[in-house]
Amino acid sequence: MSEKHIDETTGVETTGHVWDGIRELNNPLPRWWLWTFYLTVIWSVAYTIAYPAWPLISSATSGVLGYSSRAELGKELAAVEEGRAELVAAVADTSLEDILADQELRRFAASAGEAAYMVNCSQCHGSGARGSAGYPNLNDDDWLWGGDIEAIYQTIAHGVRFDGDDATRFSEMPAFGDILSGEEVDQVAAYVFSLMGDPSDQAAADAGAALYADNCAACHGEDAKGLTEFGAPNLADAIWFYGSDERAIAAQIKNPAHGVMPGWQSRLGEVTVKQLAVYVHSLGGGE
Amino acid sequence: MLDRNEVERLEAEAVNAAAVRQPLYAPRKKIFPKRATGNFRRFKWIVMAITLGIYYLTPWLRWDRGEFAPDQAVLVDLANRRFYFFFIEIWPQEFFYVAGLLVMAGIGLFLVTTTVGRAWCGYTCPQTVWVDLFLVVERAVEGDRNARIKLDKAPWSADKLAKRVVKHATWLAIAVATGGAWIFYFADAPTLLVDFVTGHAVPEVYITVAILTATTYTFGGLMREQVCTYMCPWPRIQAAMLDENSLTVTYNDWRGEPRRRHAKKAAAEGKIVGDCVDCNACVAVCPMGIDIRDGQQLECITCALCIDACDSVMDKIGKERGLISYATLCDYNANMSIATDNGAEPISPSLVRDGNGELVGSIAHFHLSKIFRPRTFVYFGAWAAIGLVMLVALMARDRIDINVLHDRNPQFVLLSGGSVRNGYTVKLLNMVPQPRIFTLELHGLPGGFMSVAETGAPESRIATVGVEPDRLRTLKVFVRLPADAAARGSRDFSFVVKDTGSDETDSYETTFIAPEN
Repeated sequence: MSEKHIDETTGVETTGHVWDGIRELNNPLPRWWLWTFYLTVIWSVAYTIAYPAWPLISSATSGVLGYSSRAELGKELAAVEEGRAELVAAVADTSLEDILADQELRRFAASAGEAAYMVNCSQCHGSGARGSAGYPNLNDDDWLWGGDIEAIYQTIAHGVRFDGDDATRFSEMPAFGDILSGEEVDQVAAYVFSLMGDPSDQAAADAGAALYADNCAACHGEDAKGLTEFGAPNLADAIWFYGSDERAIAAQIKNPAHGVMPGWQSRLGEVTVKQLAVYVHSLGGGE
Repeated sequence: MLDRNEVERLEAEAVNAAAVRQPLYAPRKKIFPKRATGNFRRFKWIVMAITLGIYYLTPWLRWDRGEFAPDQAVLVDLANRRFYFFFIEIWPQEFFYVAGLLVMAGIGLFLVTTTVGRAWCGYTCPQTVWVDLFLVVERAVEGDRNARIKLDKAPWSADKLAKRVVKHATWLAIAVATGGAWIFYFADAPTLLVDFVTGHAVPEVYITVAILTATTYTFGGLMREQVCTYMCPWPRIQAAMLDENSLTVTYNDWRGEPRRRHAKKAAAEGKIVGDCVDCNACVAVCPMGIDIRDGQQLECITCALCIDACDSVMDKIGKERGLISYATLCDYNANMSIATDNGAEPISPSLVRDGNGELVGSIAHFHLSKIFRPRTFVYFGAWAAIGLVMLVALMARDRIDINVLHDRNPQFVLLSGGSVRNGYTVKLLNMVPQPRIFTLELHGLPGGFMSVAETGAPESRIATVGVEPDRLRTLKVFVRLPADAAARGSRDFSFVVKDTGSDETDSYETTFIAPEN
C-alpha cells in the first residue's frame, strides 16, 4: 500500500482504496473546475455584502448597494403612475359622453373602473355586479335612477339617501301599511304582480288597479313604468328589487325598505368616479 | 506485560501519505495544433465559410411583406411575439412548428451520426467552427505549432507581449462580432446597428453582446477542446448512435503496425515493418490533442485533419493513402482478421500485401450501400414524415382565427322585458400583414341577436368589424334571446367569422345560458 498503485488498463493511479478487489481510479479534476468553485465562493460573499443578507436581531444588513425590494416596488408603482398619467389627465378633462366616444379612453376608463369597482363596490353589488335583494343588478337595463352615463355618474358620485352628501339622490316611499288596510295592500300587490304575471286572485288584482291609480301612480306612473326622478322602480317589468312574489311585493308596500348607498366623490375623487361610471355603463345595460 | 518495543504494528496507511499523494487537480495540458493541408482541410474551410456566412449575413437579408410588417427575412420579433422566416410568419400559438424543426434537427443528427459518425462535431458545430477561426488567428500571429510552443516556453519579452496582445485583441474583436451578429436576429438590423454604435440601443442589447462576447472568447479562445471533452453531452450520447456500419475516423492498424520510426533501416535489419512511420503528424495536427492510433475515443470530434496529415506523409513515402481513413468498424474488423489470420498471429503486413507490395484484393473498402440499412431508413423515414406533416400543416393552416370566452359572472342577465342576455369576449385574429374586414355571425340560436359594444351598431345577427394587420381584436359581444325563446333553456350555437375579401372562415361553438325555470 505504500507505493502508488497504477491501474493497468487505464494507466491511471488509484486512490489506494480497495473494496472486494475493486479499486477507484483517481482521475484528477481539471484545474479550471477548481477555479470556478473558488469563484462561486467569492461571488457568494460579495453578494451578501452588496445586497441585504445577514440577519441581525431586529432587521438585516442593508447591503452596500442600498437595494430593497420595497423601494423597487415603489419605483415600479411610480413608473406605472407616470405611464398612465396622460390617460388619467385625459379622463379628468374629457366629458363622459366624449370618453364613451373615444375608443382608447373608454377602454382605459373601463378597466381602471373595474379595478376600482372590485375594491369599493363588489362588497354590495357582487364581483360580477349581479347585485342581490336590495342591491341592484348593474348588468341589466333596469335603472332606478337612470341608466345613461350622466345619471350613473351622479348616482355613484353622490350616493342614494346618503347623509354625508347634500346632492345625494333622495326619495322615500311612504309605509302604506299606515294608509291602506291589509286587504287593500294585498289587492295592490296582486295588481302589481298581474302586470307581468298571472295573479293568484284576479278579482283582487282588478280591485288593486283602482287603488294603484289613487295611491301609487303619482310616483310609479300610470303605466307603472316607474320614474327615475324619484328612483321609483318600474313595476311593469321582469326585474324585481326586493323579491318577485306577491307576498314580497305586499311587504314592500306595507313597510318599504329603503336602501342606502354612500356617495363616492368625496372618497375616491372625480376621476375614479368617472371611471366607475364608464365601467358600470359598459356592463351591458348602459343607455 | 508487553515490552515497549514489542507493540504490534497495525497494517494501516494514511490515504494521502506523501508516498502515494498526487495532485487533486490537474492543470490543462496545452495543445498546439499544427496546420494541416488536404481535402478534408479544404472541405472544412468551405463549411466554415458557409456556416459563418449564414450566421453573419442572414439578418441582413430583406423580404418584402408589404407596409404593415417588417421587411427582414429572418426576424424573431419578441416585442410583438412574431417569428418571421422568409414567406412564413409564426404566431406564438404556432410555435410547435419550431419545436417540430428541433425534433427534425435531433433526428437529423441521429441520421448523420449513424452514417458518417460525428460529422456535426467535426465540421459544423459552432464550437468547432469558432475554434478553427480562433486557431487561424493564433497561427497568423504566433506562427505554426513549433513557433507557438517556443513562444509559450519563452520568457516574457516585448515581442511575446505584443504577439499575445494582438492575438487576444483579435479574438475579442471576433467575439464582439459574434455577439454583435446575434442581436440582429431580434430587431431590424440596419436600425439596430445604428442604435448600437451610437449607444442608443436598450441595455438588453449590450448585455446580450457582452455575454456572447465573453462565452465566444472563453469557449473558442481559452477553453477550446475542454468544452467538447468536459461540457458537451453529445460525445456521451454518440456512442449509442454509432454502430458497426458507421463511418468513423479510423487508424488502420491492420496495415500500419508494427510501426517503425526508421522503416527502411528496420526493414534492412529484417524486422517486420508496417506502414506507420510513427511520425506523429496525426497527433500534431489534432485540435483535441489526442492520438487517433489509440482507437476510437470520446475526445475525437472526427474532424479528419489527421487523415489529411497522414495522407501527405503516405504520399511522401510512396505508400497508398488511407492509413488513417474514414472506415466502418465492420470493414476494420474484416481487415484486421486478414492481417492477423483471424487473430491467430500478431499483425503482419505480409498478410495484407501481395508479392508486389499491393494490398490484397480481399481487403474491405467502404461501399455506399452500407448507408442504406434499416436503421438509416427508420431515421430518414421519421425525419421526412415530421417534415412532411409540418409542411402540409403549414400550407393548410388558418390565417383567420376566433376564440370565444363566455362570461362567468354573471352567466346570464335577465332584462326588463323578460329576455335573457349573455356576454361573450370574442377574440378575432387577423394573421396576415394586411388590414382585413371580417364579419361575425351567429349560427344557430334562432331568435337571438347580438350587439357589439364597440361598434355601437343596432342589434343584428351579423356584425362587421375591421381588424388591423397582424393583430388580434377583442370584442365584447352581447347576445340576447327573447323571453319565449329563452324559456326553452340553454343551448349551443356558433360564432362564425368570415373574411370579406376571401373565403377564409373559422367558427367557435359556445353555449347560451338561460335561467332554469
